[in-house]
Amino acid sequence: MDKQRFFFEHYGLAERDLERYLAAALSAGGDYADLYFEYLSSTALMVDESMVKSASQGISAGCGVRVVSGERTGYAYTDDLSADRILHAARTAALIASAPAKTSVAGFQKTAARSLYPVTLPSVDAEITAKVELVMRADKAARAYDPRIKEVRASYSDELRNILVVGSDGTFAEDSQPLARMNVSCIAKTEGNSARGTSGGGGRVALDFFFGDKNPEFFAKESARQAILQLDAREAPAGEMEVVLGPGWPGVLLHEAVGHGLEADFNRKKTSAFAGLVGKRVASEKCTVVDNGTMPWRRGSLNVDDEGEPTQETVLIEKGILKGYLSDKLSARLMGISDTGNGRRESYEHIPMPRMTNTYMLAGQDNPEDIIRSVKRGVYAVNFGGGQVDITNGKFVFSASEAYMIEDGQITAPIKGATLIGNGPDVLTRVSMVGNDLRLDEGVGTCGKDGQAVPVGVGIPTIKVDRLTVGGTAKKDVGGFMQ
Amino acid sequence: MSSTQLQTNPKLETDLREIAQDIVRRAMTGGASAAECVVREGDEFSTLVRLGQVETLKESGSKSIGVRVFFGQRAASTYSSDFSREGLDRMVSSALALAKITSEDPFGGIPEASQLGSLSADLALYHEDVYSLPGPDRIDYARRAEKAALDFDPRIKNSEGGSFDAATGHKVLANSHGFVGEYRRSYCSVAAVPIAQTDDGAMQRDYWYSVARTLKKLDPPEQVGKVAAERTLRRLCARKAKTAQVPIVFDPMVSTSILEHIFEGVNGDSVYRGASFLAGKLGQNIAGDNVTIIDDGTMPGGFGTSPFDGEGIPTRRTVVVENGVLKSYLLNTYTAKKLGLQTTGNASRGLAGTPGIGPGNYFLQPGTKTPKELISGIKEGLYVTEFLGHGANLVTGDYSRGASGLWISGGEFAYPVEEITVAGNLKELFFNISDIANDLEFRGSVAAPTIRIEGLTVGGE
Repeated sequence: MDKQRFFFEHYGLAERDLERYLAAALSAGGDYADLYFEYLSSTALMVDESMVKSASQGISAGCGVRVVSGERTGYAYTDDLSADRILHAARTAALIASAPAKTSVAGFQKTAARSLYPVTLPSVDAEITAKVELVMRADKAARAYDPRIKEVRASYSDELRNILVVGSDGTFAEDSQPLARMNVSCIAKTEGNSARGTSGGGGRVALDFFFGDKNPEFFAKESARQAILQLDAREAPAGEMEVVLGPGWPGVLLHEAVGHGLEADFNRKKTSAFAGLVGKRVASEKCTVVDNGTMPWRRGSLNVDDEGEPTQETVLIEKGILKGYLSDKLSARLMGISDTGNGRRESYEHIPMPRMTNTYMLAGQDNPEDIIRSVKRGVYAVNFGGGQVDITNGKFVFSASEAYMIEDGQITAPIKGATLIGNGPDVLTRVSMVGNDLRLDEGVGTCGKDGQAVPVGVGIPTIKVDRLTVGGTAKKDVGGFMQ
Repeated sequence: MSSTQLQTNPKLETDLREIAQDIVRRAMTGGASAAECVVREGDEFSTLVRLGQVETLKESGSKSIGVRVFFGQRAASTYSSDFSREGLDRMVSSALALAKITSEDPFGGIPEASQLGSLSADLALYHEDVYSLPGPDRIDYARRAEKAALDFDPRIKNSEGGSFDAATGHKVLANSHGFVGEYRRSYCSVAAVPIAQTDDGAMQRDYWYSVARTLKKLDPPEQVGKVAAERTLRRLCARKAKTAQVPIVFDPMVSTSILEHIFEGVNGDSVYRGASFLAGKLGQNIAGDNVTIIDDGTMPGGFGTSPFDGEGIPTRRTVVVENGVLKSYLLNTYTAKKLGLQTTGNASRGLAGTPGIGPGNYFLQPGTKTPKELISGIKEGLYVTEFLGHGANLVTGDYSRGASGLWISGGEFAYPVEEITVAGNLKELFFNISDIANDLEFRGSVAAPTIRIEGLTVGGE
């Protein structure tokens, strides 16, 4: 499989061209320069009202040039891969520095090839009719689940991103990154009541992935099940209480509560609530949290990051003690720490920065049923929408889309969606039980930072948080002020 | 692909209008029954200064093209950033091939020829002066904004920086009814993001910005930095609030979110699917009689203004809610046909896919009280300055969001609060807007004044 040399074959690039571009980038000095070539092709299909209403395909290609001088970064890009335009971008980015030109770059060391997603036929090149079959099957299965399912929207999207990263330090990395995803959203209606459900999944996989266990029927049934369940949901409680998170996607807690706060750029600038806490206790000793970009087929995985560095498994929190940060090249150099291979960017139009890959908590010893049984009155949340964090004061939220009351150790009624809010640096200190059932999400996560979206993964076993604020409306919990 | 891609055709580079019309012609020649092409070109400049030093400088331009084709009532779309002959040929032929696998949709199609058009007035959307500052002065704008924040108070100890951004965009739309329209828009902004710290090390961050279509209308950087510092300082030493049901006042920066929920609720796409709590409510009261909401895509200089929408329909002024009564949904051609109504000229068109629905200048009519008068009537309440997360369910109306702000006691701000939630149901919320202040200001395409809402639950300790 010769997925490598993509830009050499398709755009007639040669190593001496790359050297010339990098020399132009360093023509006004600067400590480091790199070029990020990207060729992205994508497909998207959507079925609504049992009709394939939308089908699209597209191509986006370009090159971003970065010049780093001390803490300064100059950046320019072009969507025209001709030598003239790349040189123009390189000279524009070069203006960040103001010193004599650096000596030219000589020789690249190719990053050893890894193969975390060895697809033989990338899904973007697969027959479109097979993709149509997927969305139509999802539509059918969701409608068949229950007559109260009245609206179904099923979508499928995939992409193949070919990248080449070369740096003035000799970095030379190529990768071909597939990504595919299905999504099914349902609306259930009864007389005077309606509710929604969504489900989806995928990864850096080929089309055959969706013809296995995680097929359209799987996602359709899950989406329909959630919508039907929500029809009977009662109001969520309000205030602080015990919260049990189910395994898998609720790992978004880790992503918001600790993950972002541990990205090295925020800590270098001391703008994170976690700044200066390495070696300190930030979680109960039952908590070990890692970021791992090397898991085969996963949505958040990468053979190399967007600076050409191989990804790795990085321990963020070990038995409750903060061990380190997620770093890119710039932060690694400025902070004197190692580059953890977390330099990522949305596209060639964007400057890379430290980002998460797949972030999860390792399994503990507790039986999930014992965890539920230990709760007198609280909330059991198993599915979430998104979340958000203010990394400076540490406050984070994540919104439960499927949750239940726990009363006297028993799961009772489903409750309406509610936002959970907490404080990143201390929420994990209140984790008193960690289940033995670690699970990763189905492959739907997209993380936004500074306007840049990148695919990520999360995971968690069942855990119990002794105290977390639940944002419901149930009146019986409301005391206090009357006007 | 081949290396001939490296050669650029100067004519194609310079006449986007010609390219768009040519693509439509090629699609029609290829057998399409209707076609529509969009071309977008843009330039951007941004700089971030942190602690007085330039941290990033970014400068670039890009261009992309998309085509949507119909075979009868089957549609498909493709897009590309490759303007070479081969690139464009492939884009058109892929669209034609792709349209064969989609479904016959009885409501599909581009607008009728008679509906198409473009506002002829000067909408004051483009001002070349956004790029007129020399490079060093642009950096200076960013530096001045940050410095004003850092100098404002000794507790401002750190910063995520001051920034200056400028951008211009050029959009062309052509279709097989012979419509071709184009417009340019410009944009510039200055912002500051200071960080305040107390002696015990607890930090707070906030921001402020000014945005305009011309440099002449941009606030002075010093003003932006000062407001950013004030907004940050007032968050220091925040406490948690007690769980309670109290009046809640939304700062204009967050009251726009309430308006956005109504927008999602009247969005024709949610309406025809019954995925909106406002579906089927046309002509009914959906809010108190003090609530009037307008969408106006024609306001000169507006952030939501354009001469035509994403399908080539002239933009217009639509009364969405009048004295609490839902008067109109916001629609594009497809959703209008689905609902048996006329488009409101709110089609939004990305490069790919079917057109969506977007706002023009969309706002809540202001009241007469000042924000201070509005707050002075509240014994105990919450003033929300920031929301975290996206906890609004437009199907059920369930509403639950993370929040921070200031506690109101005796009609005045008492102390900052954080790590709390605000929850209720949107169906009731719009009836419970008890007061609307007079401070409407457009800082984007959606704007709302300070508002007071009753009956929401604050979740805290």
